Amino acid sequence: MKIKNFNLGLGNFLDNNPKLSNFLPQAVTLFAIIFIIGFFTFNAQTNMDTRGIDFGFGFLSQESSFDIQFSLIDYDGSHSYAKAYLVGLLNTLLVSAVGIFFATVLGVIVGISRLSSNYLIAKLAEIYVEIFRNIPLLLQIFFWYFAALRALPLPNEAITFFDVSFLTIKGFFIPKFVWTNFPVVFYSFVAAIVSIVFIYIYGKRKQEATGQRIPVFFISIALLVILPLVASLLGGVSVELETPLLVQQSETIFNFKGGINIIPELMALALALSLYTATFIAECVRAGIMGVGKGQKEAAASIGLTPGQVLKLVIMPQALRIIIPPTTNQYLNLTKNSSLAAAIAYPDLVLVFAGTAMMQTGRAIEIVSITMLTYLSLSIAISIFMNWYNKKIAIKEK
Amino acid sequence: MIKNLSLLKPNRESLHVYVSLGAAFFILGIADVTFNIFEFFPIWISFFIPLVLCFYGLHLIRIEFSGIKILDILNKNINSNWFNAILSIFAIFLLIKSIPPILDWLFFDATFIGSKKEDCTGDGACWVFINVWFERLMYGLYPINEIWRINAAFIGLILIVGLAFFVSAKIKNYVLIFLIFVYPFIMISLISGGNFGLEWVETNAWGGLALTFIISIFALTFCFPVGLFLALGRRSSYPVIKYASIGFIEFWRGVPLITVLFMASVMFPMFLPEDTYMDKLVRVIIAITLFESAYMAEVVRGGLQALPRGQYDAGKSLGMGYWRMHLLIIMPQALKLVIPGIANTFLALVKDTPLILVVGLLELIGMIDMAKTNPKWLGFAAEGYVFAGFVFWIICYAMSRYSISLERKYKTDR
Repeated sequence: MKIKNFNLGLGNFLDNNPKLSNFLPQAVTLFAIIFIIGFFTFNAQTNMDTRGIDFGFGFLSQESSFDIQFSLIDYDGSHSYAKAYLVGLLNTLLVSAVGIFFATVLGVIVGISRLSSNYLIAKLAEIYVEIFRNIPLLLQIFFWYFAALRALPLPNEAITFFDVSFLTIKGFFIPKFVWTNFPVVFYSFVAAIVSIVFIYIYGKRKQEATGQRIPVFFISIALLVILPLVASLLGGVSVELETPLLVQQSETIFNFKGGINIIPELMALALALSLYTATFIAECVRAGIMGVGKGQKEAAASIGLTPGQVLKLVIMPQALRIIIPPTTNQYLNLTKNSSLAAAIAYPDLVLVFAGTAMMQTGRAIEIVSITMLTYLSLSIAISIFMNWYNKKIAIKEK
Repeated sequence: MIKNLSLLKPNRESLHVYVSLGAAFFILGIADVTFNIFEFFPIWISFFIPLVLCFYGLHLIRIEFSGIKILDILNKNINSNWFNAILSIFAIFLLIKSIPPILDWLFFDATFIGSKKEDCTGDGACWVFINVWFERLMYGLYPINEIWRINAAFIGLILIVGLAFFVSAKIKNYVLIFLIFVYPFIMISLISGGNFGLEWVETNAWGGLALTFIISIFALTFCFPVGLFLALGRRSSYPVIKYASIGFIEFWRGVPLITVLFMASVMFPMFLPEDTYMDKLVRVIIAITLFESAYMAEVVRGGLQALPRGQYDAGKSLGMGYWRMHLLIIMPQALKLVIPGIANTFLALVKDTPLILVVGLLELIGMIDMAKTNPKWLGFAAEGYVFAGFVFWIICYAMSRYSISLERKYKTDR
């Protein structure tokens, strides 16, 4: 007990005035916050006045006059800054979605492998996790982009897959589907999903009422395949494959034309993000499965469930409850980490907007705030959804 | 004996026959992977031959309770059923195919000695690149003659940390206080110079691994207390403090570090009074500190929430005030619970430091980026990144091992 005489005079005074002791700290905090914000605003105002800049978002509708190398929507230099922002945002979402997909697949496989009874597999998974988790993500992105993908061949010596896809130093060229009457396929797909939802609900009710199980999974797969197929046969849908073609641009320079080009920046980024995040997801999955008591497994087996049913009906529902919250956190991290794209010039939100657009307009405050707010709203949206989901799957105890 | 020999179902009676036969098949399969013996078959057959051979080999040696210890261990761990056998075979093939080329590149074909790019003649890595640039990678653009100052600062740090392990508990506290509150400033004044007859070195010249360490040490030292206060603030009963803390934490947790660094480098100077200038490195350290302290706050909050209410009640019933209760009862227990979380936050911080590249500060990875674009040394990106990866891996792995040992040391059963 070193801190014996800790009570200052003020402490005694506050203890004797409970109302004041409730009020004073809050008032001081509030005052401090207002003071700091006011101080910064004032400084920003004077600084901008002296430099002759005015604050405003009018620049968003101006012509951007810069091109973006890779865009999901129609864009060129004659469009506005707002559209450039949208291009950047979509590119960020694209690489995040791709990264999340591969990270989840790999993470679940590795996480289960770490618990495998097979020593070799468990050890390999552990080595993978320990290596990739402890190396900075930026370094991994650089490695894939500057070292690994640069070793790919030139377009005229491309690595070919089935004569339609080509892996080159300038990107991965894959064929593009050209649809006629695409809406028919789309709506039949939607119809299939809606009917699957209904069948699922019906199957669950029937099982609760009579105990009979309907093979919902197989019906769903069948619906997903058959419905769009029938619809496209009736609706006159046809698909053409636009394959990339090798074009000679000059005497020594070749490139592919047509199809879709997955640019090397996107490949490197998606690769690094998924390999890095998968290690964390693997740890979440491992913790989740280990978190389900051994007794649960034994109890389930002793009432005669098959190993597959044990996993599906007993272990997974309980493990998911532990796995999902930290895994969503990792998804969020991946989305935020995708901003490292700026370092290898993948045109994501940060590079396009907080980089090029800021250089051109010089509006640091507006642009950095918009960029931060975008990421902030993404994370808040996901965490609100997660809180809702957590509440929904939480164990309902009486 | 041969009578009982069934080629599909191995049994214990003719154990040795099965084991030697299985081992022969297995070794033949492995040899085929390495030397491609059955090349004369069409590709689609010769591709699967090693797989089939190894699979059959493993099938033959899968005999339960054989009485041979090694065989039993092997069967239990890599060969318990046909699925595990296939997995093991794939794992072994993967290792055979990937390990030798990697080792060749790293060591056997690599060049270690030399001073020019032309000295690298082998197919493997050119470690001459690292050798030549080593000082730059470690110290950045810091003047060569003054490098002893960085060395002295870090050797001093190591000595004091070492000292803290050996002295008695009472002196240890003073050493730690000195280490945390005084030594960082001694270090900075030694490295930046400007007084005591030392030459002033601008922060622009700082770089390399030394900068990684400087930023990490400062941010680690500061983000911990800030995080503690934020965590307490978030659990405060005063609404203003509570919501201010929540807002602060959620803001920093919601944005990527790269935008925070952009903010620190381009937006923050606008918020300072005219004519005041804050060094870029200082701004970056503040930004990283605030960013990581939000994560730290959430980790500590987890520990606070995990403590049973009884601990708070016990503290209050002893007549303790808020601060004394937290200092003496709550925090020691809560922090002990979240050692892994704190270690993860520290690790994340160290792994995040290379990002300062985007605002023009060049630590280890930034320096490698610079070195590899040097016209005399083009084409050595892989060596540089492998080296940097190795350095970071050592640092991070050591940190995570240390946190595990701390966790064990302070583990108490409830």
